[in-house]
Amino acid sequence: MSKPIIATTSLAGCFGCHMAILDIDARILQLIDLVEFNKSPIDDIKTFTKECDIGIIEGGCCNSENIHVLKEFRKHCKILISLGECAIMGGLPALRNGIPVKECLEEAYLNGPTVGRNTERILPNDEELPMILDKVYPCHEIVKIDYYLPGCPPKADLIWAAVVALVTGDELNIPYELVKFD
Amino acid sequence: MKEKIISIIKAHGTDTARLMDILLRVQAEFGYVSTEAVSIMATMLHISEVDVVQTLSFYHFFTTDAVGKYAVYMNNSLVSCMMGMKEVVDEFEKQAGIKFGSKTPDGLIGLYYTACIGMNDQEPAALINGIVFTELNREKVRNIVADMKAGKSVNDMVAVIGDGINANPLMKSMVKNNIRKSGPVILADYTLGIGIAKALTTDSKSVIKEVKDSNLRGRGGAGFPTGMKWDFCSRETGVHYVLCNADEGEPGTFKDRVLLTERAYMVFEGMTIGGYAIGAAEGILYLRNEYTYMKAYLENVLNDMRTKNFLGNNILGKGFNFDIRIQMGAGAYVCGEESALIESSEGKRGEPRNRPPFPVQKGYKGKPTIVNNVETFCSVVRISEKGASWYNAIGTSESAGTKLLSISGDCKLPGVYEIAWGMSINEMLEMVGAENVQTVQVAGPSGICLPPKQFDRKIALEDLPTGGSMIVIGQHRDLLKDVVLNFMEFFADESCGSCVTCRSFNMILRNAIEKIVDGHGIKKDVENMLAWSEILRKTTRCGLGQTSSNPISTTIKNFRELYDARVKDVDYQSDFDMQKSVLASCEAVGRSSVVHE
Amino acid sequence: MSETIKFTIDGKECQGTKGQLLVDAAADNGVYIPVLCHMRDLIPAGSCRICTVKVNGRNMAACTTPAEEGMAVENNTPEFLDIRKAIVEMLFVEGNHFCPACEKSGNCDLQALGYKYQMMVPRFPYAFERREIDATTPKIFLERNRCIFCKRCVRVIKDEEGRNIFAFKGRGNTLEINIDRKLAATMTDEIAQKAMDICPVGCILKKEIGFVNPIGQRKYDTMPIGSDIENNHQ
Repeated sequence: MSKPIIATTSLAGCFGCHMAILDIDARILQLIDLVEFNKSPIDDIKTFTKECDIGIIEGGCCNSENIHVLKEFRKHCKILISLGECAIMGGLPALRNGIPVKECLEEAYLNGPTVGRNTERILPNDEELPMILDKVYPCHEIVKIDYYLPGCPPKADLIWAAVVALVTGDELNIPYELVKFD
Repeated sequence: MKEKIISIIKAHGTDTARLMDILLRVQAEFGYVSTEAVSIMATMLHISEVDVVQTLSFYHFFTTDAVGKYAVYMNNSLVSCMMGMKEVVDEFEKQAGIKFGSKTPDGLIGLYYTACIGMNDQEPAALINGIVFTELNREKVRNIVADMKAGKSVNDMVAVIGDGINANPLMKSMVKNNIRKSGPVILADYTLGIGIAKALTTDSKSVIKEVKDSNLRGRGGAGFPTGMKWDFCSRETGVHYVLCNADEGEPGTFKDRVLLTERAYMVFEGMTIGGYAIGAAEGILYLRNEYTYMKAYLENVLNDMRTKNFLGNNILGKGFNFDIRIQMGAGAYVCGEESALIESSEGKRGEPRNRPPFPVQKGYKGKPTIVNNVETFCSVVRISEKGASWYNAIGTSESAGTKLLSISGDCKLPGVYEIAWGMSINEMLEMVGAENVQTVQVAGPSGICLPPKQFDRKIALEDLPTGGSMIVIGQHRDLLKDVVLNFMEFFADESCGSCVTCRSFNMILRNAIEKIVDGHGIKKDVENMLAWSEILRKTTRCGLGQTSSNPISTTIKNFRELYDARVKDVDYQSDFDMQKSVLASCEAVGRSSVVHE
Repeated sequence: MSETIKFTIDGKECQGTKGQLLVDAAADNGVYIPVLCHMRDLIPAGSCRICTVKVNGRNMAACTTPAEEGMAVENNTPEFLDIRKAIVEMLFVEGNHFCPACEKSGNCDLQALGYKYQMMVPRFPYAFERREIDATTPKIFLERNRCIFCKRCVRVIKDEEGRNIFAFKGRGNTLEINIDRKLAATMTDEIAQKAMDICPVGCILKKEIGFVNPIGQRKYDTMPIGSDIENNHQ
């Protein structure tokens, strides 16, 4: 039997969850034995070259590109996992939710204390840029998500336990210490 | 301003328990309650400003900004919408040049929505500066707004006066009684004083026994045995109070409006009998703010009764002292819940209390208190006059006496009907001239949405209990959109918010039904709504939350096919709309918002 | 004179004093009934509803129900575990609870219940309502995004003359916790600390000091909420 294939991505996240994946330390060698990676920042494969078994999503959706990538993941992965607070509930980027996006843009580019050099008072509007959404969306409001692993970042032991359980089909029993929201 | 506010506070004995009245007077005097007013009240009453604000901000009709010289409060509850509110709203907005929820820049006209104002038999209706305007249409709205622009007084805008006491100089209201059917207990001929005179010839225990023997049960909807309530209360020691619940807020009920108009003496007489029975010297009529137009008349009735020695000291020479004051509400459905009504009467937020203790043990000002419905007190008068067995012979074995129904909606003869308990829904529909009926909403939004195959069921406490609201809904209505969504919006607005499940679940359920109405729902959403309704019902503190999911749960139960037709049978569906969600940011930065998927 | 009574919780025989609130009586017998608004010796608010139990077949809030002789209480049944988890999830979607950025994280009762019930994702959609923060008073940040309306501060924190420093404002879904700026200006450090300590979430924060306990040494890092009660009576 061929090895299960994993894809990962970071949407509106800080890459901290990916760092947490690397926090499994030496077990990464076991992981390479267990699974194959496809599209992922870990191996730098930019586009899906195979259909995957597991897609791991870090970050919520704050712009049109995030939506596009997430939908691609849903299309190409049998199982999707929301990894970390941002994917699950928007996380810190979602602090802007509830505030009109115009107000946020003006604070960021025109009125904030660190915008001194924007002398032409431009709000980024290049057609090449992804379009900003009215709020940051949790991933499960955009596509169906199968599993959730909370934490900011999730504990490496939690990620390890979950991935191993998924790959081996074993039951996942999570100890108290592993489920944390910070 | 300051002097006036100080004098208002002093006129209410500088008493924190009268904060509601103080706020009401200030609101009436200045059109709003200013920050300065809050500060003065806090200082004089020796409470913190946030304490003033917590009461002030709880009630719909208190505002911290001027609402307009002419403030229109349009009823947006179900039957108003059914009878053409949209047209009326459109005309108001056109004539005033503003949208609902705002006021004209010159401060002349303010347009706002409000929940059911107790006029379901003559909708669409609105309150303008507290005066009732019924059966509105485009033409009437044009005249009203023209009158406003001409500076006419609101009283003078009332062209046609209603029937009966509505025409009394102290009322002078366009409201119609629409009494369609009188019964032997409440609406039969009534002479002041027979009931109380008879009660005062016996001792208080005998009065309670008579009420117990009559099997009278509370007419507000819950159906608690009145005699038992009085008995419990009378066993407590110390000062006692009688409260009459005239906070008729359940959308679709208006029978108390008619009773307070045509049977005010009877209501007060019933309260007096109650006072005698439990040993109280003070009674309070808690009158909903929407009925402010009756207040002057009711005060006059009280004065007349004092003059005739039916109230005051040594009533009818029998050594019994009792008097009644009127406590105005300020717009909060939840105050119809008896302990919330007590809190409100004490000048606080209308938050229901935890039980135990019950009001009969610790009620108004912590003293044993009975709270009964307007109609219950009227029934007591007749029971005292005619005796328990006479009363008991009317109705069914478990529901004695008669019931006033407020019937409205898609029928020819909306109005108030006094029927003997036991009438079937089919008989009721024939009585009111209703055809092609899709459903009857029994007992208001908090009641049940009844399908035609159950129209043979009986209006009785043992079968279909009701406080009296009956809304007939025709075949041509969109049940989920017009009815269920309207009801859930109502509950989300009216939850007091202090118990988390009621505050949050009503909002969640409102959004869930909207999702289905908008066509984004899936089968699982319907199952979820049922499960969530159940959690709300099991965990909430008071009757509001225990029944507020009924619009959803009873329609899923009885009209499942309407849901199935609207939801998709898929595992997952997102209601995310990319085009809509990028609009604001693209507009802000000045770029095209066309999405290329 | 306090009368001793006997009752059962999930079949376990318990003893208490007549009239004692069920949630306290349970704790005295080593049974944890989760609760966010209740504090011993305080008039119960009955607002969070998480302590809902079944008493002789009826649903009651354990924090407002006096213990009575012969009561048969159902507490840790599948039905109530799910209801409690649902209420916790509901509180998480109703407010804006960004745990990673919250000073109370690790010491927060709401979060701890999320841990206890292993809440991976709430079943309800997030509301993301805007709520204003009040940082105008000298001693306290009022972080309304995190308020769960337990009324602890309303009930406990008063000025020297007994006036309320905190109170509710609005109703229903516009409800918010309000702080009296004039009276809050008179708060001592002790009162401010007390206000922060009794707040079950990170809504009331004392200014100038924070993140005292490192991750790993916080209240709920390794000990589930309620385990102190359960462990004390084995």
